[in-house]
Amino acid sequence: MAIQNRESFLNNLAENLGRSRRKEGVERPEWSVSPQWEVYQGYSEDQLVDVLEKQCKVIHTDFRKTDAAGLQDVLKETVDRYQGKSIIAADDSRNQEYSLDSFYQRMEADGVEVHIWDAGKGKENQVFAERADVGITFSDATLAESGTVTLFNSKGNGRSISLLPKTYIAVIPKSTIVPRITQATKHIHEANQQGHEVSSCVSFITGPSNSADIEMNLIVGVHGPIKVTYIVVEDK
Amino acid sequence: MSIRIGTNSFEHRVQEGIKNDFMRGAVSSAQGRFRSGRLKAAEELGNWEDWRTLGEEIRNHTMENLDFYLQQLSDQVSKRGGSVFFAETAEEANDYIQNVIKKKNGKKVVKSKSMVTEEIGLNKALEEAGSEVVETDLGEWILQLDEDPPSHIVTPALHKNKEQIRETFAAKKGYDKTDKPEELALFAREQLRKDFLSADIGITGCNFAVAESGAVTLVTNEGNARLVTSLPDTQITVMGMERLVPTWEDLEVLVSLLTRSAVGQKLTSYVTSLTGTRLEGEVDGPEEFHLVIVDNGRSKILGTEFQSALHCIRCAACINACPVYRHVGGHSYGSIYPGPIGAVLTPLLDGYDDHKELPYASTLCAACTEACPVKIPLHEHLIRHRQIIVEKENKAPKAEKLAMKGFAKWGSSPAAYKMSTKMARTALKPWTKDEKIENGPGPMKAWTDARDFPAPSKQSFRSWYKSRRKGDES
Ligand code: SF4
Repeated sequence: MAIQNRESFLNNLAENLGRSRRKEGVERPEWSVSPQWEVYQGYSEDQLVDVLEKQCKVIHTDFRKTDAAGLQDVLKETVDRYQGKSIIAADDSRNQEYSLDSFYQRMEADGVEVHIWDAGKGKENQVFAERADVGITFSDATLAESGTVTLFNSKGNGRSISLLPKTYIAVIPKSTIVPRITQATKHIHEANQQGHEVSSCVSFITGPSNSADIEMNLIVGVHGPIKVTYIVVEDK
Repeated sequence: MSIRIGTNSFEHRVQEGIKNDFMRGAVSSAQGRFRSGRLKAAEELGNWEDWRTLGEEIRNHTMENLDFYLQQLSDQVSKRGGSVFFAETAEEANDYIQNVIKKKNGKKVVKSKSMVTEEIGLNKALEEAGSEVVETDLGEWILQLDEDPPSHIVTPALHKNKEQIRETFAAKKGYDKTDKPEELALFAREQLRKDFLSADIGITGCNFAVAESGAVTLVTNEGNARLVTSLPDTQITVMGMERLVPTWEDLEVLVSLLTRSAVGQKLTSYVTSLTGTRLEGEVDGPEEFHLVIVDNGRSKILGTEFQSALHCIRCAACINACPVYRHVGGHSYGSIYPGPIGAVLTPLLDGYDDHKELPYASTLCAACTEACPVKIPLHEHLIRHRQIIVEKENKAPKAEKLAMKGFAKWGSSPAAYKMSTKMARTALKPWTKDEKIENGPGPMKAWTDARDFPAPSKQSFRSWYKSRRKGDES
């Protein structure tokens, strides 16, 4: 696509910097310190799960832990708690792996409306998401320190699922947990260098939406989901 | 609105600020909470000074190679289906955006909070061109309904209480519930959902762009920026030309510094990195994406002694630490950028003529510099501004001019400088009478003969201001 006005704009910057234009050959120096790598260095997976659980209290997020066999029940409890009459979920290969497929069938049998994201249906997906009670996705990378789930949004995992419904559930395979955002962005950086296309939307989501704009009172739930549950599940 | 807000004199604005009891109470409690949040978040990390050093190094390197990284960024955005426009002035940026909207036949624009669009006066330009513009950040929406300028860069409606907000909602939107913050927020959610769903254009600012892949990153809590970038078919992102990092690895460092310094959170609820247009088969996200990169006076700062002012990541930590801001509130600065960073940046972007009081709206206590996550020497910049103003005006008595020179020399050796700033409060004590230095040591002597030099204490802005009122500032 078009790039306009670039040459004169950048030439002017170079001039003000007192040198000629740099068009190539700039390398990032090695920084003198790297404190980001020290956070939870050497923690085991279980220790990181504990860190995550603690952080969930800070970010007003419910935390559950289960194994593959127990996942369906925990999901059902959560949907019930949210009085969910309608669910929108990502179209994800892990749905089958973790038996979410059969969970959704079970919910439908119980009279809950379930919509699995279907790229072919275009804006219909958004319309459903807007009125849905619950959105469900997997986490692609989970950041223990901040209590963050990372989604690489894609044509099967629309941005709306974790955004428009009143409540949101993230299913977190235990192996996706890393100490902090450092590890996730390093992964993206390296993938990009290897020529992989970065997702059009990388969403780092930390609990429910909130605001402190009215007299500095924390209000949980503004434009995005009002309630959020994380379910950590032992890997299959 | 441009960078300037209001037409009242500095004097008048300060008076208004000091008179407004609610505002002052709100500002000081907000400052306290922001500060303790920031300090706690910094403490948790343990090695905060290393983080600051890292932040400073990244910002430094980026600014030194700004032409290279902006070229890389624009190439990457273009590769991912986005158009890039480099705007040297506010007018160029506004014209371009107007044209995009016209071509798309856009009627309704939803916006997420963005300082740079306020700086260039985008809303006004769009409204004049016939678009309906809706600010969707809760604080900004409140201000938009009330046609009031922001007073803080993180919580823009800090000067309003909930009763005032309830009244605004009632008068402008027919709201009939209580002034409970939750109810007010729920009402905003319902009202704004309609706007999101019917908007054809989404406009955002940009916290950090990532040069290596062309991503723009938005750091928010409410989720409105996600809606703005997920639902409308056209997305326009406006960024100040300095708001970028080389790689994703650097991105996370600055995001971590920003969220901790701004709100004391490890990360905000939403950190969203968006690249180009939606991909084949995707439903959410724009089919057309424009990145507008704005200079608007910034390039004049490059290569000068003020270059590090461009390192600012707009976290407001300096504002929350500032005793003067506490007294006078955000509107007193007469600029959309208040507080210490506003006092440094506004004269650089908009000239000294209308902002020459700003560098004096400081006690030089250095709390700002200590708070800054990317180590911008804010109070040193303020001192330098004062020197320039004195030199420029050339009205000052000869003795004073000499003193300023001596001060520059004195201040340029790091050890002496430390004396003059951090330790100033104790070092200058013997000379301090009624919070004003009357007979400073060394080069300050002549300076203080000609003019009371504000003592670096918590009260000195007030005394400076008082003496200014008495007229000995002319
Ligand atoms: S100058 Fe520093 S402390 Fe102030 S807003 Fe900018 S980055 Fe934050």
